[in-house]
Amino acid sequence: MPSYFAMTIEKYDPEKGQMLQILDPDGKLLKGVKGLLSDADVLKLYQVMVLSRMTDKKALAMQRQGRLITYIPQSGQEAAAAASVFALEKTDWIVPAFREMAGWLLRGVRLSEVFTYLRGNEQGSKNFPNHKMTPLSIPIGSQIPHAVGISWAAKLRGEKTVALVFFGDGATSEGDFHEGVNFGGVFKTPTIFFCMNNQWAISVPRTIQTASKTIAQKAVAYGIPGVLVDGNDIFAVHLATKEAADRARAGKGPTLIEAYTYRQGPHTTADDPRKYRTEAEEAKWLCKDPIARVRKYLDKKRLWDDKRQAALEAECEKVIEDAVEEAEKIVYNPHDIFNYHYAELTQELKEQYEEFKKTLGGTHG
Amino acid sequence: MAKLTMVQALNQALDQLLAKDKSVLILGEYVGVDGGVFRVTDGLIKKYPVQVFDTPLAESGIVGTSIGLAINGMKPIAEMQFMGFFFPAFNQIASHLARYRNRTRGTIHLPVVIRIPCHGGIRALEHHSEATEAIFAQIPGLKVVMPSTPYDAKGLLIASVNDPDPVIFLEPMKVYRSLREEVPEEMYEVPIGKANVIQQGTDMTVITWGSYIKDVLDAVKDAPYSIELIDLRTISPLDNETLIASAMKTGRVLIIQEAPKTCSTSSEISSRIHEKCFLSLKAPVKRITGYDLTMPLPAGEEYYLVNKPRIHTAMKELMEY
Repeated sequence: MPSYFAMTIEKYDPEKGQMLQILDPDGKLLKGVKGLLSDADVLKLYQVMVLSRMTDKKALAMQRQGRLITYIPQSGQEAAAAASVFALEKTDWIVPAFREMAGWLLRGVRLSEVFTYLRGNEQGSKNFPNHKMTPLSIPIGSQIPHAVGISWAAKLRGEKTVALVFFGDGATSEGDFHEGVNFGGVFKTPTIFFCMNNQWAISVPRTIQTASKTIAQKAVAYGIPGVLVDGNDIFAVHLATKEAADRARAGKGPTLIEAYTYRQGPHTTADDPRKYRTEAEEAKWLCKDPIARVRKYLDKKRLWDDKRQAALEAECEKVIEDAVEEAEKIVYNPHDIFNYHYAELTQELKEQYEEFKKTLGGTHG
Repeated sequence: MAKLTMVQALNQALDQLLAKDKSVLILGEYVGVDGGVFRVTDGLIKKYPVQVFDTPLAESGIVGTSIGLAINGMKPIAEMQFMGFFFPAFNQIASHLARYRNRTRGTIHLPVVIRIPCHGGIRALEHHSEATEAIFAQIPGLKVVMPSTPYDAKGLLIASVNDPDPVIFLEPMKVYRSLREEVPEEMYEVPIGKANVIQQGTDMTVITWGSYIKDVLDAVKDAPYSIELIDLRTISPLDNETLIASAMKTGRVLIIQEAPKTCSTSSEISSRIHEKCFLSLKAPVKRITGYDLTMPLPAGEEYYLVNKPRIHTAMKELMEY
């Protein structure tokens, strides 16, 4: 970590609860910080965050029109998603939960693939692994040991590859959080455990998940470093992830990062936050919005203005429209439900498949 | 050819698999220095220190990390210590291991083998003697294998590790050391999904698997009928072809299993036979199964497990139907 910090991650004491923040909510950079992210880097992050935010709006509308199955809103967590992935190499693995779209897009996943998945077609996930990213993982926390295994394989082959796994504050209550982080600590795997603490697991607040003061401090028990960062601050997230990746690559083992952020929207389109949290709380967090913060920073540096914003939004709209169009053009192939369970169909499945084909009649047979 | 026990045959197979392919790994509780509680992995950590790992006591962690290892090109062989202890790993097995190929539409497949000592008859503590193979067979995407002899154990294990899909490899503890037979030194495969017709017969077909093979074989030898004896060897996928052909030939089928009766492997075999060759049957399919009860502790085990009189009675009833 650069010298303008009083501590490195290894010397950082998560039990003191201090939160790493470099870019404050007014868009002001911590004094003395230079060269952490170039202007081009910040612009790239800003653009992908805006694309993710605008996708949310479009997807919510589409879901209401019945054009998507349940949607998982991403708003509020774009900085943590984008800046963490941005700190990795393209050869590093990303193991997502489901609320890190800005990171997926940055990695090269196409928006049309995301929409294909969200329209209820497994085909959408087919290409994810080609971007060194696993598919979305719905059972909470269960993907954490996968990242340990993925990075362990790399370590065994002597590759300098890191795996970063996303999970929420709720996931830290699951057994797989404990088992995964514990394995990582024991086998010193090059893993980054990236907790999106967005304060809410559907309707249950962070305080009901754990009596720990922070999630980062849980790292202490596993014998690995843990750090609490402002998850709405691209500089802090990037710096912590970069250092965790460097440590992992140097053979120093895993790091737990707690990104302190907020789920601005409902858990999914099937959820109504009015039942369990106040508008006042939401308003308070809107003041810390990760995208507005970068905009203020860019404005101060005279790197951005309303004209550029309008151009970006128009471009994003086009990208989203094209992606939706592409995804909606994909015709579901009913044969696919049989095609991918085994390398070869079993005797029994072959018979079931023949029966199935008869049910399709002329349209798909 | 050396005469080996099932434990020795499995150990030899693992040794050869580790030597042949550096991406083959062994993970589990006590599988390293101790060689596993049944010594199946004895000595392997010394020969292959970067391929054999004693893990923390965490079944979900073992299977979960095995999934990750396989996503990134490895071929993990995970051991669950006893069949009663796999439950903590069940979420990983059912929610991820079995689904990854389909979820990624074929981009990622997981060549993971999970070895689990199973079944009763060794007077063990609670949770050490379960017969839950049907639970795995219910999950699309898995294969479920259970050898009953040292020869089959080696060949099926090699086939399982070479298989591109996840395999639950169940090892009947009762057979581990109770039977010796000639096992070829070289590597060979016994195909998954193929039942073994142990002996031909014309009066009835007897189907069993795993720990019951020896008891059933004894009972078959003493029975006054011409019996076709089939060792299932693979629970899922079932070898429809062999089972149906035999049922059509003999017209009478007796299935003998250790697991509880309801929704079990025998239920499935019985219903497939009735569906496919009803008119060839001289009697309804008969079953001897475990009762729909928790496996009793050792003092009560003999009342639960099959015995020769029970088998002979069932055979007589089937012939006289």
